[in-house]
Amino acid sequence: MAAALREQFGNPSSVHHFGQVAKAALDDARSAAAALIGGDPSEIVFTSSGTESDNFAIRGIAEALEVTGKRHLIATTIEHEAVLNTLKALARRGWKTTLLPVDQTGIVAISALEAALTDDTALVSVMHANNEIGTIQPVAQLARVARARGAVFHTDAVQTAGKIPVDVKALGVDLLSLSAHKFYGPKGAGALWIRRGVRVQPPMTGGKQERSRRAGTENVAGIIGLGVAAQLARAKMTAEADRLAALRDRLEEGILGKVSGTAVNGARSPRVPNTTNVSFDRIEAESLLIALDLAGIAVSTGSACSSGTLEPSHVLKAMGFPAHRTQNSIRFSLGAANTDADIDRVLEVLPGVVEKLRSLTRTVARV
Amino acid sequence: MRVVVAMSGGVDSSVAAALLAEQGHDVIGLSMQLYAQGEPGLHFGSCCTLDDLNDARRVAAAVGFPHYILNFERQFQETVISNFVREYASGRTPLPCAHCNSDLKFSTLLERAHGLGASTVATGHYAQVERDTNRWMLKRSVDRDKDQSYFLFSLTQDQLAAAMFPVGALTKPEVRREAHRLGLQVADKPDSQEICFVPDGDYASFVARKAPHVAHHGAIVAESGEQLGTHAGVHRFTIGQRKGLGVSGPAPLYVLQIDADTGNVTVGPKSSLERTTLTASDVNWVAAEAPTDWLSVAAQIRYRHTPAPARVRAIEGSRAELEFDTPQSAVTPGQAVVFYHDDVVVGGGWID
Repeated sequence: MAAALREQFGNPSSVHHFGQVAKAALDDARSAAAALIGGDPSEIVFTSSGTESDNFAIRGIAEALEVTGKRHLIATTIEHEAVLNTLKALARRGWKTTLLPVDQTGIVAISALEAALTDDTALVSVMHANNEIGTIQPVAQLARVARARGAVFHTDAVQTAGKIPVDVKALGVDLLSLSAHKFYGPKGAGALWIRRGVRVQPPMTGGKQERSRRAGTENVAGIIGLGVAAQLARAKMTAEADRLAALRDRLEEGILGKVSGTAVNGARSPRVPNTTNVSFDRIEAESLLIALDLAGIAVSTGSACSSGTLEPSHVLKAMGFPAHRTQNSIRFSLGAANTDADIDRVLEVLPGVVEKLRSLTRTVARV
Repeated sequence: MRVVVAMSGGVDSSVAAALLAEQGHDVIGLSMQLYAQGEPGLHFGSCCTLDDLNDARRVAAAVGFPHYILNFERQFQETVISNFVREYASGRTPLPCAHCNSDLKFSTLLERAHGLGASTVATGHYAQVERDTNRWMLKRSVDRDKDQSYFLFSLTQDQLAAAMFPVGALTKPEVRREAHRLGLQVADKPDSQEICFVPDGDYASFVARKAPHVAHHGAIVAESGEQLGTHAGVHRFTIGQRKGLGVSGPAPLYVLQIDADTGNVTVGPKSSLERTTLTASDVNWVAAEAPTDWLSVAAQIRYRHTPAPARVRAIEGSRAELEFDTPQSAVTPGQAVVFYHDDVVVGGGWID
């Protein structure tokens, strides 16, 4: 990417040599992104993020189908905010929306979708894997049901693309969002795959970049980074997924065995191999996160608000967990840099930290 | 020593944190998010807005210590805002900053500090805490104009033992100079004003929003009992208030008494505002055990009141009775009365 910033400084829309070099680099990245998900390069549109891709898909389909009178949109209660808040915004402008529930394993039932679909349903959007608990949704079956009723199907595959095999043909979807930084690409680069023939009204108006589907000068360096990351992710995928799953399983077994009052949230399979979401009885996730960070162990929780504080997890709430359980859960995410030694370190530090936090509840005298 | 610094994003707590870090303490900055942030169109006050939280984070990053923001919306609602609304609804005038100090910063936040291996919470308050032979003493700041000991009177011995006020020995100009010396980008940030969660100072509307049932009408009456007019709720008044009464007399009228039960607001001339005695509840004795005999003190009955000579003694039920040497104007239920010996806080309580 540094080389791209130095050497491929041309504007890909320019006809001169420098522009054409940059354009060629974009198309190399387009091929790599398409190969990662089994699509055709011409079906890839580069965006600024997974969030933009989700907005693009949902708003673009809603608007394109508005003339047909189809004004109904379906998603699930555990979608990312990029999907949930886009549906909310469209609901304020008159679209009907339905959010499908999940069970306590965090999986959407096919029957729930069948019941929700109507002749007016324009779009169904179901994430491939959940960002908080990692559960993989039965997207291929859901897409088949939705498309049989004439609805367009979008999946937010930000959590899976680059981590586990994703094939748009096997999934049978119409649109798919992905984000570069989820597979070690740069932040601020994403893509939307749009099946050839699917009509989308581009939300961004302007010039003719990305075959007139996404106006605005491309983030060339970011897109080149996305392409390289996609190539690397594809080459290492199977081995890396197995390695991470083994580390994750060791971590889970260790936590459940060494710390009382713990539970893993979400079905233990199928899910992405790199995350685990664990509840700790009588613990505030906020305190545990900070204490672990100070010990050099970086973990996350469900959602963060604009200031960076923690809010109760809408995903765990949607799974039917009681209020306290939505605020006592943290997510461990594993990646390329993690080794067995890291798991050892967590299992060494965590029990003491949890014990200390539990012992301190309400110890300070009040007036 | 590991110290948690409660950071508001203002210059005082930023300097407090930076000075402790410079002295070699293992500083952890914690900021409290006290109300919902980031909802478009909502305006928040002069303290702890999203910008303030970001300022605190930037100071921590520049000085080089860890910083976290804690979501205390629920706790702030339960300990501070609910009390604020309840007090106004019952015809009293609350003092939320004092509750925030003893019931949030030096209780919930202190508990969190313990969880992170710190036994001390430092703040940017202008006050001083010192260990005497066998008690923790609370003293005024060297900057008499900025002194905030009045808002800290309710800290118990355990809480004072865990408290540090690094800027209490400095004047405000010195704090700003330190901020410049330390290169803090908040060095010239304006001081916060007003109560943080009511930035426009319109307490009546805030209370009416939070507790619509209190906004009932009532009568404005003279000392004689004669009705002079009506009003739109007792929460709109405080003792000694002159503006916004909607009634006039031959001489200026002031609010003398607020009765939430009947809805009556009694008004009268300035001379009728004077009182020589008061009682206080939930009294916290800081510098000494509760005195059963009369004790001579200087008593301060609101933040900007010049302490007046008085004598005080403890009475049953954690209460105290107090007699001023000369009558004082506008003794206001809900505010604190704080007893001083020179610069030392002897104790204080909530005016009945």
